[in-house]
Amino acid sequence: MGAQWEAPTLALADEAASETPRVKTARRPIQLFRNMTAKVASIPMVLTALVIFVGCTVWTVVHSFTKSRLLPKLDFVGFDQYERLWGTRRWLVSIENLAIFGICSMILTLVIGFTLAAMLDRKIRFENTFRTIYLYPFALSFIVTGLAWQWILNPEFGVQKVVRSLGWEGFAFDPLYNQDIVIYGILIAAIWQGSGLIMCIMLAGLRGIDEDIWKATRVDGIPVWKTYIRVIIPMMRPVFITALVLIASGIIKVYDLVVAQTSGGPGIASEVPAKYVYDKMFKDQNLAQGFAASTMMLLSVVIILIPWAYLEFGGKKRG
Amino acid sequence: MTLTKALLGATALCAASAAHAVDLEVTHWWTSGGEAAAVAEFAKAFNATEHSWVDGAIAGSGGTARPIIISRILGGDPMGATQLNHGRQAEELVEAGLMLDLTDIAEEGGWRDIVNPTSLLDSCTVDGRIYCVPVNIHSWEWIWLSHKAFADAGVDVPSNWDEFVEAAPVLEAAGKVPLALGQQPWQSNGAFGVMTIAIAGIDAWKSVVIDKDADMAGGPEYARVFEAAAQARLFAQNSKVQDWNLATNLVITGQAGGQIMGDWAQGEFQVAGQVAGEDYTCLPGLGVNEIISTGGDAFYFPVNDDPAVTAAQKELAKVMISKETQVAFNLKKGSLPVRGDIDLSAANDCMKKGLEILAEGNILPSADQHLSADTQGQIEDLMVEFWNDPSYSAADAQARYAAIIADAD
Repeated sequence: MGAQWEAPTLALADEAASETPRVKTARRPIQLFRNMTAKVASIPMVLTALVIFVGCTVWTVVHSFTKSRLLPKLDFVGFDQYERLWGTRRWLVSIENLAIFGICSMILTLVIGFTLAAMLDRKIRFENTFRTIYLYPFALSFIVTGLAWQWILNPEFGVQKVVRSLGWEGFAFDPLYNQDIVIYGILIAAIWQGSGLIMCIMLAGLRGIDEDIWKATRVDGIPVWKTYIRVIIPMMRPVFITALVLIASGIIKVYDLVVAQTSGGPGIASEVPAKYVYDKMFKDQNLAQGFAASTMMLLSVVIILIPWAYLEFGGKKRG
Repeated sequence: MTLTKALLGATALCAASAAHAVDLEVTHWWTSGGEAAAVAEFAKAFNATEHSWVDGAIAGSGGTARPIIISRILGGDPMGATQLNHGRQAEELVEAGLMLDLTDIAEEGGWRDIVNPTSLLDSCTVDGRIYCVPVNIHSWEWIWLSHKAFADAGVDVPSNWDEFVEAAPVLEAAGKVPLALGQQPWQSNGAFGVMTIAIAGIDAWKSVVIDKDADMAGGPEYARVFEAAAQARLFAQNSKVQDWNLATNLVITGQAGGQIMGDWAQGEFQVAGQVAGEDYTCLPGLGVNEIISTGGDAFYFPVNDDPAVTAAQKELAKVMISKETQVAFNLKKGSLPVRGDIDLSAANDCMKKGLEILAEGNILPSADQHLSADTQGQIEDLMVEFWNDPSYSAADAQARYAAIIADAD
């Protein structure tokens, strides 16, 4: 496996080496042209990655140092856009919201997803039915989810109305209209939508656990909950990482849910970074400010990602 | 000569065969009842020519629609024509050469003479060329009061802002929302602008919006406006709607006492079958300073390679500013026509008030014409937070406002 991965590096090294006058390699096929078809086939993807991802990222970062308005222009102004960004209350509120939303949704989605999966894995009846019910919300787009939850949480005809009509007149539950807790109203919808998928991934992971492990723990008399925490969860590490990446990418780009549920309100209490970027770039016609904000989003992802990738992949090589 | 004629004829034939029945997509954000009725008048007039109108309504007000419109133009998928508020929103698009130059038909139609006030045409003009056709005059400076709400509460319908403030607690006690206000940022910003003109006065407003005088924005005149807005936000606390027309509906049904909203609200009262003076009252300038701003809507025509489409675009521009269309459109829309030479005897009381103020020349340009979209966006962010967060003090908000004005370009 390792040798295969290192092949491209070797090929490059050979290329460099062949420049020096060494005639004896004349018969040997040049490494670069080995597996030609595979290499040609991957060119479009390599180009896409370079041009679209790297190229556009660089372009965005460069333009975040300009004073571009509606159209991109290369009038450099240094860090002005960043100074303005970090002096804007709306951006600070957005960051705070993303932090609350991110941490809560990460923990709750994992816990709920795993618990549901573990319960389904206990060989219950109608497992298929339950699985379908739990996974259904994921089939809905964020916009539909957001609108549905906007109605459910609306005090005029949602949960509050129903509970009040049952006799609890003083019952108040209107998270979407309360500055302080509005982000939790959005969180509820996000978890409702997302935990089904995580449950499925977890369930697949649980099914991958050898039956013998369960037998062994039963023989040793270890309680079920302890088996889960001490044995099963550590064994499911790759599954957890997959789930984590899926949840994290969903958190960073949360936008449509907020737009559908509150459009950032009341006031600016439920603004999120992605919405700031969109609004500045297109509504307020200030590209550079939007680019600065998106660069900060990228930076925060990189700051989290690099140490993790180092630990995850760098560690293995040494070990 | 004959050859030229023949050639011309051939070209004309080609052009004509292509020119027939161009489907022109027109994007706009006129989706409420009154607005839709008004835009149907445009479509009717345009369909009466050889071309046809393809309606591209985008729901969710200008804040949602403008980004879609602009990104379509920038992305190389331009529509036939589009609504924008004239002013600085399309400035860069025009400078980048993405908008059709309408100077020839403007000169032919004598727009310079018929458009009143001429500032509307000035806002369409970049470097002496005309790039848009103004279609109506919209003024923000109105408060709409529900007779039913005040009757239910047992107080007289106020005749100015101070009386409204006095009546507000009574309305609240009667279970009404004193002031209806949608939660979208542009509505908070607009309401604040109206209060500025009524409370701080025209000179203060002009020096801040036109001359960008940050000292004035941080000064005592504006402090009074922020205080008044801090009070007004409490009146609007229970107004939990998003869209402006839903807020207007609270006034129409008598659930709310009043709404500070532009004259487009009138179309809603009309659709609901209400009569000005009987079911509702409108007070220009909050009954304090009877003055209206003359912003408005204009149509822009993105540049197109196809000469047939260009011809259809020019045709549409002519139709929009023609006398008949102006009358039909503005009566439905509740806005004022852009030409001073037409008869609007069919107008209702509120429109007549507006026309009188316009005739007396008590007009202001609109903020859109002087502040860039970027500055407006920052002010909107500030206003929507200020109106919704009672813990945001008037002094803090004013300091932030002054800082935005100081940075404005």
